[in-house]
Amino acid sequence: MYNFLTGPMVWITFLVVVVGLTYHVVTYIRGLDWRLDRVGYRPNMQHGLKGAARSIFFWILPWGSHGWRAKPLFTLLFFSFHIGLLFTPIFLEAHNIMLKDSWGIRLPGISAGLADFLSWVVVIGGIFLILRRIAYPEVRILTSAYDYMLIVIAVSPFLTGLIARYNVGNYDFWLLIHIITGHVWLLSLVFTKLNHVVLFFLSRAQLGMDYGIKRGGMKGTQMTW
Amino acid sequence: MPEGILCNKQPIVTDEQLKLTLGDKSGKQYYAEMEQLEVDTDKLWSTIQNTMKSRLKTWLNICAKCGLCADSCFLYECNDRDPRQVPSAKIHATLGEIVKRKGKVDNAFMRKCMDIAWSWCTCCNRCGQFCPHGIDMGVMFSYTRGLLFSQGFVPWELKIGSGMHRVYKAQMDVTTEDWVDTCEWMADENSEEWPGLEIPVDKEDADIMYTLNAREAKHYPEDIAEAAILFHVAGENWTVPSEGWEQTSLTIFAGDWEGCKQQVLHVYDAIERLRPKRVVGTECGHAHRATVIEGPYWAGREDGQPPRPYIHYVEWLAEMLRTGRIKIDPAKRIKEPVTLQDSCNYVRNQGLKNITREIMSYLVEPGYFVEMAPNKEYNYCCGGGGGFNGIGKYRPQRNIALLKKREQILATGCKLVVAPCHNCWDAIRDLEEEYPIGIRWSFLKPLVIKMMIVPDHLKPQDEEGEEE
Repeated sequence: MYNFLTGPMVWITFLVVVVGLTYHVVTYIRGLDWRLDRVGYRPNMQHGLKGAARSIFFWILPWGSHGWRAKPLFTLLFFSFHIGLLFTPIFLEAHNIMLKDSWGIRLPGISAGLADFLSWVVVIGGIFLILRRIAYPEVRILTSAYDYMLIVIAVSPFLTGLIARYNVGNYDFWLLIHIITGHVWLLSLVFTKLNHVVLFFLSRAQLGMDYGIKRGGMKGTQMTW
Repeated sequence: MPEGILCNKQPIVTDEQLKLTLGDKSGKQYYAEMEQLEVDTDKLWSTIQNTMKSRLKTWLNICAKCGLCADSCFLYECNDRDPRQVPSAKIHATLGEIVKRKGKVDNAFMRKCMDIAWSWCTCCNRCGQFCPHGIDMGVMFSYTRGLLFSQGFVPWELKIGSGMHRVYKAQMDVTTEDWVDTCEWMADENSEEWPGLEIPVDKEDADIMYTLNAREAKHYPEDIAEAAILFHVAGENWTVPSEGWEQTSLTIFAGDWEGCKQQVLHVYDAIERLRPKRVVGTECGHAHRATVIEGPYWAGREDGQPPRPYIHYVEWLAEMLRTGRIKIDPAKRIKEPVTLQDSCNYVRNQGLKNITREIMSYLVEPGYFVEMAPNKEYNYCCGGGGGFNGIGKYRPQRNIALLKKREQILATGCKLVVAPCHNCWDAIRDLEEEYPIGIRWSFLKPLVIKMMIVPDHLKPQDEEGEEE
């Protein structure tokens, strides 16, 4: 089981993720329609790309946009959660050793202390996101079981990773669960709303182009929404 | 009853049908018929499949339901932060549900969607600026309105409005003859005070072609006269077209996309016919959006631009003040606290925020201009946008919506509000009627006319050729 999950299954998952996310990107771009969207993408590409880059940049910068500044605490929670979520699995030493063993490449690693810290950030961040959904009526009304499930999927590999690392209970069991939840996490990037891992950039770019082309960009007004 | 006599899936295209619908007081029969109107679910679903491309589809799918859009919506705030008014909740309860059910929705659901699409959202696009994923609920509600219109679920006034555009090429029953007469009348009426004042109709190759809002022709002809006076003083070589002068588009509020295209083509045809160097539109927000920002797309113009450079009135006026073609008498500058309403449709939707402030810098004595908070592209809708002002059925909801602007204006401490948009102007007028707070409101034209220096040669002369 362990060998399968860390061997062929890794290949399968990675392949599905790469193909799946590429599919999302390609269908998104192909599905844009200048007439229905009312954005002249092609003739105004330069303005559009500038707007897209601005839009993405200011929204991936913590407190970079007006929207992020309007909710400073949520922004802190949101960015910590996402940094932990993306940073930890890529730069974790243990993952890198596996990468080196199988593909012969390795990325710079982070210290165990930092990895622990970031994992805790994800777990605690996830708990806060759940509490927030329960506490605020304006978020509660939007929330369904699916939204809770996504948080659980996102957080599980980190929680199980921590349990395994701290040797709470049976290490092998928790390691196996960690690997399984890791696969679920990766596959969910394709099959659930977690596809925003790529679609965020496309959707932001689209609105950025809209602003860059017809909503002020070509009038020389840069609106940092 | 699949379709009613007044309430049905067909847009109004004849004068007879228009009069019939107009004759139905407050749309009583119309709304009664709407309760029986059958939903063509197959057509609804096929329309969605044909028109809902990746942008809207993705927006619906990737909404993270984070609720960050809540506070961006003035209707949410005015309505005691009712969670149902959270933009994301609104769109998922309507369009989201229609898509989820693959168009299989019933009459009651469509009527609920109509209420939400026209009285819970003014398509002000403010929420789009607060969504991390860049989802613009205003755009989605405009789309939803289109679906509802195609199925006959549209407020009575907007069904009529769309019909007016289709029958009269204007949002009101102003015929070409009425319009040309109004121009002549206004030129005559003011010729004594403004010798040589003209409103040239259909002059070819002029520097400027002026387009406006049919309400001006019908109810506020003095606005046309004011425009003429300012062009006259600035020494513009200008004209108005006899056909294609109506710049507004109630069709955009109604969700009548075919009607939108027809209307904007009248204006573009006039541009092609008269070949002006550029076109100036009146102080109106949605008119600008309809003919300049979205119109080119309805008309199928790939570059997204009208046939000639087409500017909003504030752009023309700022240019005149900047270049000194219109000069303000320093003694007459505004010396009381004054604030400015940012029209969503040309500020948030076309970035003209600094132009209006530049104008204020010429008109207002330093230290007296007070910004609203928030302002510029983050300013709130006047409370009556997107057709809200004109729908009797939703008047109570509209009146609640005015509370945000009231709060903003009160916070500035100003008694004078400059509102260079017909719709904002109306909403602020209604605001003072509904909740008297002792404010005055004005377009730019009358303010500038009162404050400008009139060159001697344009002043009325007495018989000996002396100035009066």
